[in-house]
Amino acid sequence: MIDFFSQLPILMIVLPLVSAPLCVLLGGRQLTYFISLVVAWCTFAISVACLIQVTQTEAIHYEIGNWKPPYGIEYVVDSLSGFVLMFVSGLGAIVLTWGKPLIDKEIPRSKHYLFYPTYLLCMTGLMGMCITGDLFNVFVFLEISSLSSYALISLGKTRRAPLAALQYLILGTIGATFLLIGIGMLYQMTGTLNMSGIGDRLADVRGERTLLVAFAFMTIGLFIKMAVFPLHTWLPNAYTYAPSVVTAFIAATATKVSVYAFIRLIFGIFTKEFALTAHPLDNALLVMSLVGIFIASTAAIFQDNIKRLLAYSSIGQIGYMLLGIGLVSVGGLTATIVHMFNHALIKGGLFMALGCFALQIGSVKLTDLRGAARTMPWTSLAFAIGGLGLIGVPLTAGFISKWLLLTNSFQAGRWQVAALVLVSSLLALVYVWRVVEALFFAEPSEAAANAKEAPISMLIPLYIVIGSTIVFGVWTDGSVGLAQNAAEFLFAGGGK
Amino acid sequence: MIAESAFYGALGLYNYWIVIFLMMTGFYLVIARNNLIKTIIGLNIFQTSVVLFYVTMGKVSGGKGAPIMPLDSVHGDDHGHGHGPATKSIESDHSMLSHPADHSSSIEAGHEVAGVENSIQLISFEDHGHAETTSHAAEALYSNPLPSVLMLTAIVVGVATTALALALTVRIREDYGTIEEDEILELDRTQ
Repeated sequence: MIDFFSQLPILMIVLPLVSAPLCVLLGGRQLTYFISLVVAWCTFAISVACLIQVTQTEAIHYEIGNWKPPYGIEYVVDSLSGFVLMFVSGLGAIVLTWGKPLIDKEIPRSKHYLFYPTYLLCMTGLMGMCITGDLFNVFVFLEISSLSSYALISLGKTRRAPLAALQYLILGTIGATFLLIGIGMLYQMTGTLNMSGIGDRLADVRGERTLLVAFAFMTIGLFIKMAVFPLHTWLPNAYTYAPSVVTAFIAATATKVSVYAFIRLIFGIFTKEFALTAHPLDNALLVMSLVGIFIASTAAIFQDNIKRLLAYSSIGQIGYMLLGIGLVSVGGLTATIVHMFNHALIKGGLFMALGCFALQIGSVKLTDLRGAARTMPWTSLAFAIGGLGLIGVPLTAGFISKWLLLTNSFQAGRWQVAALVLVSSLLALVYVWRVVEALFFAEPSEAAANAKEAPISMLIPLYIVIGSTIVFGVWTDGSVGLAQNAAEFLFAGGGK
Repeated sequence: MIAESAFYGALGLYNYWIVIFLMMTGFYLVIARNNLIKTIIGLNIFQTSVVLFYVTMGKVSGGKGAPIMPLDSVHGDDHGHGHGPATKSIESDHSMLSHPADHSSSIEAGHEVAGVENSIQLISFEDHGHAETTSHAAEALYSNPLPSVLMLTAIVVGVATTALALALTVRIREDYGTIEEDEILELDRTQ
């Protein structure tokens, strides 16, 4: 009898992966939705069980088919990957629960039995990128999640959706291929694909230049996937024209998983000395992220489509995550990891609130949403709370990550960074205020005046996410504690 | 002489020059072409160059045949007498898979195999008496199977990407009536 609990890490991936084709074979709108929902919540439960196990004992190493690395592929759940797995699967499940009425409205009924499997595959890919300890497997899972997200984005109603998906496909494929080139070079230098194996062997490898080129390729590849400022061009269109459910899911999870892969790359494979200290990548990261924060936040101010506004804000928020890595300290990395989690909650919540507007008003344009607070008070309130989190007002989750970022910039002696982070929060204040003012204080537009409050089945999941941004703004043991564990683990070379 | 060796040094890696040429060709097509189909073809060339890159680096000169795992060794230690001298340590075959450019790539073949706990003993061709293989060892070219296997996966990914991109192009053509990117953007702007 195989011990069931020892098989949890593989079940987390296999369950959604296998049920996706099963859904296609079974067909039926309600049945596929039901299966996907159950699978998504089961995956979440498994990831929570794994995270609890990791925090109580030590990292879980699962060898697939009982083949020991470096021959077999190994799955690793440690304090960092467990944390990311938890919130990716959690948000995936809750967005699916929340989105049923929207899916019925925005996606043609004949496509439903294909939509849910694609959604599950996207989740599989994202979680696989987190859990795997094999470098080539990262590429495979990256492509699984990317291909399914291109398909999901192209389901948008307007004719611009396929174009946005194709633009994302072209850039995303270039990014993934860059990653593949880098993986090839690393394999050439070390003769293994196991991440910790590569990390161990790199110390003895001569050939600085090949390593540098490999690192550069992989960094650029991941930067494209996480939409760092100069490589962000695919993101606004993809988020704007995708169906609201897809936007909520992808905005909450996809870019964070790429940030996770980048952290693994730096701390788990290359050392922080090689990646950040020996080459001036730390300064480059700081400059790039600050420029990105300012330009993207300024661009967000001038958007009339709120989906696009939030998309630009996402590009800026990625900058905050890279800032923490650029500080090269345990505290900075903690801030990065916490912000990944907090931003997933905040942006997930905001896009969910926006989805409720899209359902009831039929538009996400600022002019159409004017005065919507009179007819849809609960949704508007949720959006306002999420917006406060985006700015970083105390008692919200956004404040915690910004506070960590500020204190650690001062500790690293980079007060200029701290000052710029503070100023950039003012930009966030401006673009959030534009929406909140329109929602609460403007005369209602015709569409908003006739709208009804979103159904309770959407409001409950929405308030679970928005509520947790406040919970994790007050009770920080959960998020900051876990992130600090992960950061200390990585800085001690534990990821190797 | 120096110029000559530099020439051969550069030309000896001609596979890599082809890789870079293909990669840049594909990349240029992606960036410079307006036609969506041409862009997709460029993307395909770009991906294919990586396949060549992996296959090239998988070449192993001076190698020997692949290690063979005898079936009975799975049962544990009952292969002691039957093969006798055949079960010599793999350590001595350290140069078996050595790579011309970089010896560290052969570390896997040497050290790690000895550490396998699956109680599988690896026996090379030589030990079974295929002496003729070793006599040509210096000139023989072998392929490391792993990069080829990886590329099978990458090719599948490439096919899926191309199929999806073409499907999206069909939809774009249906909606806009053109597959020229600047015309599409112009149509979007005028609306």
